[in-house]
Amino acid sequence: MIRLLYFARLREALGSVGEELTPRAGLTIEALMQQLAARGGVWAEEFGSGKSLRAAVNQTLAPVTTEIHDGDEVAFFPPVTGG
Amino acid sequence: MQTEDFDVGAEITQLRQQRPDIGAVAAFVGQVRDLNQGDAIAGMTLEHYPGMTEKSLEAIVQQAKARWDIMDAVVIHRIGELKPLDQIVLVAVAGAHRGEAFHACEFIMDYLKTEAPFWKKEQTAKGERWVDARASDDAARARWHKI
Repeated sequence: MIRLLYFARLREALGSVGEELTPRAGLTIEALMQQLAARGGVWAEEFGSGKSLRAAVNQTLAPVTTEIHDGDEVAFFPPVTGG
Repeated sequence: MQTEDFDVGAEITQLRQQRPDIGAVAAFVGQVRDLNQGDAIAGMTLEHYPGMTEKSLEAIVQQAKARWDIMDAVVIHRIGELKPLDQIVLVAVAGAHRGEAFHACEFIMDYLKTEAPFWKKEQTAKGERWVDARASDDAARARWHKI
């Protein structure tokens, strides 16, 4: 299982703080985003191309080519706006 | 990360306490403004990613320490509900001389603004809205790759 987390505007748009998923072997962040977008509706709007999203794996920013493994914590969020 | 306010003087005093090798402290304080993109701001909510935010700030400070000859640094960022005039962030860097302290302080702020997971939601007369990231912040961060 992987733990998925959604933050800020994305969390509100999806109406979800996160979920658990069973990843298939070799799943990358990019492929996971396509899988989530395939749910349609707001999922397609948020994870389809065009929206600027950042991803983190195990609490470190990660490029979309990063491979996800069982037990990972994967977070998606909009570009950060602190400071 | 804390919801409470902070005392800049007390933080700087603590940073340089009993350290006669420190000759300079450079500090940045961010304050909540009452105007953004032409709209009056009544207040804002700061969201963060518990765990990753701490890790991210720690990594940014470590990068600054590796890059400049600085002795110590303190970073405080507030979360939760904030109003105009509230202090939102403090970065203070102590070093032997001012040059390294100034550079490291600016570096930490530029990276904090583009990498540390915080998100602002503003309250305006038209309702609530999430603040968009600014290209100028990415440009400010990119400068450090060229130096």
